[in-house]
Amino acid sequence: MNSASSSTAFMLLLRRDLILAFRRRSELLNPLLFFVLVTAMFPLGIGADPVLLKAIAQGVIWVAALLASLLSLDAMFRSDFEDGSLEQYLLSAHPVSILVLAKVLAHWLVTGLPLLIIAPLLGVLLDLPVDSIKVLMLTLALGTPVLSLIGSIGVALTVGLRRGGMILSLLVLPLYVPVLIFAANAVETAAAGLPITAHLSMLSGLLVLALSLSPLATAASLRVSLS
Amino acid sequence: MISRWFHQLGSPRYFYRFSGRLIPWLAVPCAVLMVAGLYQGLVVAPPDYQQGESYRIMFVHVPSAWMSLFIYMVMAGAGAIALIWHMKLAEVIAISSAHIGASFTFLALITGSIWGKPMWGTWWVWDARLTSELILLFLYLGVIALHNAIDDKRTAARATAILSIVGVVNIPIIHYSVEWWNTLHQGPTVTKFDAPSIDYRMLIPLLLMAVAFKLYYAVVVLMRARCELLERERNTLWVSELAESK
Repeated sequence: MNSASSSTAFMLLLRRDLILAFRRRSELLNPLLFFVLVTAMFPLGIGADPVLLKAIAQGVIWVAALLASLLSLDAMFRSDFEDGSLEQYLLSAHPVSILVLAKVLAHWLVTGLPLLIIAPLLGVLLDLPVDSIKVLMLTLALGTPVLSLIGSIGVALTVGLRRGGMILSLLVLPLYVPVLIFAANAVETAAAGLPITAHLSMLSGLLVLALSLSPLATAASLRVSLS
Repeated sequence: MISRWFHQLGSPRYFYRFSGRLIPWLAVPCAVLMVAGLYQGLVVAPPDYQQGESYRIMFVHVPSAWMSLFIYMVMAGAGAIALIWHMKLAEVIAISSAHIGASFTFLALITGSIWGKPMWGTWWVWDARLTSELILLFLYLGVIALHNAIDDKRTAARATAILSIVGVVNIPIIHYSVEWWNTLHQGPTVTKFDAPSIDYRMLIPLLLMAVAFKLYYAVVVLMRARCELLERERNTLWVSELAESK
């Protein structure tokens, strides 16, 4: 293990997590199903008026994506915590933040990317125009990794707790606010025919910030949780 | 000399005695300033030319809102000290601050709501400042919930320290994103009142109240920290000596 470089460790861990995820394919579908279901509840709750639906579509889809990513967070470190491999990561010679980044990336590929792929379908259901759907996908591509990265801090803090689920949402949802604002507004602004460069720049900025800082916080949190 | 005093302050026993003597020196000025500020604000200051008498809730509302952010910074600072130097006292100060900060944030929201009803005709608007204050309350509640969920107090303190530092990085981002969101949705609202053009007869009580609130926080955080320290150190010699001597 010591002779391997950190990038090898990163790739190995990523590969392992992806293989584990694809061995349990039915679990892969659950967040996706949840995403579709929550979105489908809104027309049932507020009425099927197409004008109204079009006006709230981007917010509904984004909030549903937020909740779907929140619910899938708990699985990020859970099994590793239970079988003890999380402790092995902390003991290994590689920087924990690199290993954390591999786990977050694997988690995003398994839970965030599918949301991105199914989002156009939901956009059509809620009567979004094609241009808005493109922007929606762009914001999801930039935004959902940030959700996974910020969420990883919350999961790392609550992984040792027996009933961490509720606390996790309390910790993580307030931190999701900026992503939600910039992403949902980008779709709305694009629908009004205005440029969205500023929104996308802000989202990319958030992504870079989360990418560089959150693995450090997650690594520190894991050390605390396992101490 | 100063560093030695600092190290002594880090010892729970020394801190307990020191803070016990310090509290009256903070509490008396706090009471004096608060009475003076309330008298100046409620009796001496003239009614506002637009808002009449109801603006006077400002003398509680604005200092609470200032305290809500100030205490979060203190909490995160104490959390950082606790993480870096493993100082028990900083852990205790951080979690004691969380409860007081949440109370001040709640007070700012409630008084703002009471003020908003006659002024804007509604208890709540999704204005940028209101929204970011609400999110700040959620951040506080998250810190408290996490602290309560972890049984071991030292682990809990370190976990909440990380969380509050993450919060500090996020507060400016949240604040400006909410501000931006609001300006996208609606133009300047009635909520903006001109700070620089405030009458000095209103400014003086406001500043008096601000200082009084700061002192109040200092007193309460010391009292809470003393209580928390006694609970944590209940198996040590100095606490049992303290209990026997009384």
